[in-house]
Amino acid sequence: MNFETELSNGKFCIPECEKCKKITWPPAEFCSHCFGTISLKQITGDGKIIEFSKQGEHYFCMVEFFEIVRIIAKISKTPKIGQTVKISKCGIKNGDHFFQII
Amino acid sequence: MKKVGIVGHGITQFSRSDEKIETVLLKSVKKLFENNSELDKEHVDSVLVSTNNESKYLSPILSESAGIKPKIAHSIESLCNSGTNSIVSAYSYIASGLADMVLVSGAERYDSPGQILQWDNSRGEFKHPIFWASIFAKSYKRKYLISDEQLASVSVKNHKHAKENPNALSNKTYSIQEVMTSKKLTDDLRLLDCSRPCTGGASIILASEEMTKKITSNPTWITGIGQMTTSASFTKNSSFSSMESTKLAGRAALKMANKEIQDVDVAEIHDAFTVCEPMALESLGFSNAGEGMKTINEMNGTDDFKINPRGGLIGCGHPLGATGIAQTIEISQQLQTEAGRRQVDGASVGLVHNMSAAATSSTVLILEK
Repeated sequence: MNFETELSNGKFCIPECEKCKKITWPPAEFCSHCFGTISLKQITGDGKIIEFSKQGEHYFCMVEFFEIVRIIAKISKTPKIGQTVKISKCGIKNGDHFFQII
Repeated sequence: MKKVGIVGHGITQFSRSDEKIETVLLKSVKKLFENNSELDKEHVDSVLVSTNNESKYLSPILSESAGIKPKIAHSIESLCNSGTNSIVSAYSYIASGLADMVLVSGAERYDSPGQILQWDNSRGEFKHPIFWASIFAKSYKRKYLISDEQLASVSVKNHKHAKENPNALSNKTYSIQEVMTSKKLTDDLRLLDCSRPCTGGASIILASEEMTKKITSNPTWITGIGQMTTSASFTKNSSFSSMESTKLAGRAALKMANKEIQDVDVAEIHDAFTVCEPMALESLGFSNAGEGMKTINEMNGTDDFKINPRGGLIGCGHPLGATGIAQTIEISQQLQTEAGRRQVDGASVGLVHNMSAAATSSTVLILEK
């Protein structure tokens, strides 16, 4: 199971080390703490918007999960700092990861 | 550790020209040897090339084109701070005794692949630098109640400085109003808030103390070096309103030079975007947290060229591999009292701040007469 394969199927997973249980972010082949094998966990729980800006009609937000995993994601409604959000859509488009939150 | 001096430099006009990378590199080296007729190519025993260009084997190619047969010859890439990374490598070769005289040549084309870090998937589809810069700007403005109008004055100041720099990409001055009504890129960034990709080359020669003293009566010395890499991904930054890597690199460079920030008379700061200048000034200790704009406004009002005298990246353009070298050349010229209409009176200690990928890594150099 590979992060990108899961993502391209619309699933956002968290890469966690089988050995030390720490999260490696951005995703990598091995744990950045102990070089242990990474396994993927389906994300549970909400993310939090920590910053945002807007290009044209589209807001882009820095979203944080578990105080370590951060992504830049799109949101359709006006965001607020500290707002809790969920990933509504994600995948890979033209080689780039993309995330949509609600 | 052995002392390392700067004995010569050459720079090309920064432009939007379509020249080959090899041509841009060679042009700045040609300028260097024309500027410094006392330099003997036979004494150059190392050639380092700083670029993000995808062409291969550029250091041997440049060496052959310039008629140099170096012992050490290779390229160095580290996105926007490739230039100062190359200078640090040259310093290390000389200080260790592996080399005696090193030519460091940096160049980039306007279409450099180094502008976007494809690896950083945590940025999602927002990989262009304008997105991290927008997050920095929003975060900085929110934290310290700074307006777009205040940030625009960084661009006004640096374009004003660049007007006095014949090699700068920009030859125009702008009003705050013009910056604020320039093309809107995001809610937090206008076109004139940004440094522009361009084509340009800059070369510098570093030498051992003995060689430096033999060659020139007006050398400058690299007395402090600080470097820090905190991550590669933008989203890992511990703060979006200050620069952690710059703080640590700045402290290390000043410590090595046995100086305080108050001793620094002139500095080139990595103003990739307007917000970067106050953030860097605060992280380096020139200003208290949240007061970088106050410092900038005071300088702007009094035509004080202390910060970014050559026009910074915003005024000069940003040919990635050449930028750190061009910054170092400016500070060297300031210390040699050879900066023309940009001259800061009595400059004897200078600082160079060069960073990459949203301040995930920083290099700070201290130069002295």
